[in-house]
Amino acid sequence: MTSLFYIEHANGKVSDQSLKAITAASQIEGDVHGLIVGSNIDEAVAEASKINGLSKLLHLDDAAFDNVLAEKLTQVIFNIAGDYDYFLAAATTTGKNVMPRLAAKLDVSQISEIVAVESADTFIRTIYAGNAIATVQTSDAKKVLTVRPTAFKAATTDSAECEVAKINAENIPSISEFVGEELTKSDRPELTSAKTIISGGRGMQNGENFELLDKVAEKLGAAVGASRAAVDAGFVPNDYQVGQTGKVVAPELYIAVGISGAIQHLAGMKDSKIIVAINKDEEAPIFDVADYGLVADLFQVLPELEQAL
Amino acid sequence: MKILVPVKRVIDPYVNIRVKSDQTGVETENVKMSMNPFCEIAVEEAIRLKEAGKAEEIIAVSIGNQSCQETIRTALAMGADRGIHVLTEEKVEPISIAKILAKICESESPGLVISGKQAIDGDNNQTGQMLAALTDMPQGTFASKVEIDGDKVKVTREIDGGLQTVNLNMPAIITTDLRLNEPRYASLPNIMKAKKKPIDQKSPNDYGVDVTPRVSILKVIEPPKRQAGIKVENVGDLVEKLKNEAGVI
Repeated sequence: MTSLFYIEHANGKVSDQSLKAITAASQIEGDVHGLIVGSNIDEAVAEASKINGLSKLLHLDDAAFDNVLAEKLTQVIFNIAGDYDYFLAAATTTGKNVMPRLAAKLDVSQISEIVAVESADTFIRTIYAGNAIATVQTSDAKKVLTVRPTAFKAATTDSAECEVAKINAENIPSISEFVGEELTKSDRPELTSAKTIISGGRGMQNGENFELLDKVAEKLGAAVGASRAAVDAGFVPNDYQVGQTGKVVAPELYIAVGISGAIQHLAGMKDSKIIVAINKDEEAPIFDVADYGLVADLFQVLPELEQAL
Repeated sequence: MKILVPVKRVIDPYVNIRVKSDQTGVETENVKMSMNPFCEIAVEEAIRLKEAGKAEEIIAVSIGNQSCQETIRTALAMGADRGIHVLTEEKVEPISIAKILAKICESESPGLVISGKQAIDGDNNQTGQMLAALTDMPQGTFASKVEIDGDKVKVTREIDGGLQTVNLNMPAIITTDLRLNEPRYASLPNIMKAKKKPIDQKSPNDYGVDVTPRVSILKVIEPPKRQAGIKVENVGDLVEKLKNEAGVI
């Protein structure tokens, strides 16, 4: 049995999400090969070749892959699919975009966002926004899986360099083209890899008030998130969203401010180690999952908290 | 141009779901059902494109048991023109749904297929991408903006770090994210009108698709419950507990 794991990278670094998800691949019997794709990626290739658990790294370095589109990347993986039994990637927006396209080309079902590997063909995943946990078994010979990164511990990148081989781009379709990217600029850590997160909800009242969260986040080295209600109300962009339809996070400390605790938000953060809720409504369901609750006006509490830290 | 919109019937998003005591799944008997919220956004986007003169006809498709007709009627009441109902009692997996939709694409030749990015029951997030693969069409997943320009469609996508824009040759597949639009409510006159709109009934066999599941569900359980903790009096207390008791700051 051999698994192929698609490794994401940015700015010369292997993505933290991939390092976590690759641990799931290591739990499946057999070798794990990595695939890394991009343009001018020597640095990332060097780091990826030292990921613990990888026995071989394939890389495609081609200007046409400066931006990785699903139509092209799927073909790259499909070209070498004959050699592999398992295909895995982190359940990021890239993994979610590419892997089902690959599964259909291979004529197999995909198992999405697994949180545990039970055996060679049996996996655990959440359904209904995390309100139920399903154990599923696939009868497909080739298995395509995406992995929820927060459910696994990151692999280290201090092993001896594994075998590195170059592959070429063949039969790449040109039915889509990259136009541009607008990435949210922030000095804060990424939501999905942050150890501490402070999130605001509708209680923040407007986008300007998120500065109050920024100030506390600064002190804590935390990422700033938001509930779907705050995103829907236009306070902050969608990539702030924590929840089943946004990002699923599991930091050491999650501070929910002015968030009532809708099911869909809880689904995105309830695996956090410590949860703090700050809300003036003491009936808010968020208090049912919080380790520490503070019933108070957030506009008083946030400046105080900033001072106290 | 035709737009094909697949719609799925799911447990209403505001219902608290209940895991069956025999661990075989989630209780769906006597539970309020609705159109999957991401599918509603897909229907709305198709209607807006038609209203803007970019499309002539919207076809809503649903695959499942008899009650999926209601979900198609909802799409028709919102503004879709006709429906296709593929009747089956089987729990159809995304790969089989994508195969049926691919066959429908063959006979209807839509310029766009707009689907939800995921259904809120299985949370698979697969069908649109699979359909794109089977039809060799490009895909604009997790769309927050859709602009048609000649024979191309420009799609702004919600990605982890922000937004990405891609240009796709049509025909293309688009899957919707939350911020694409706010779906309308069907008005009473439109609900009445929708009753007269045609729904074609088919079966997976008509499309030559075997819908036998490849993935079996061995067990469904409730997630471990988190216990509510304590209430603290003030910020000083909170910081002290986080430092000394929890050790997280």
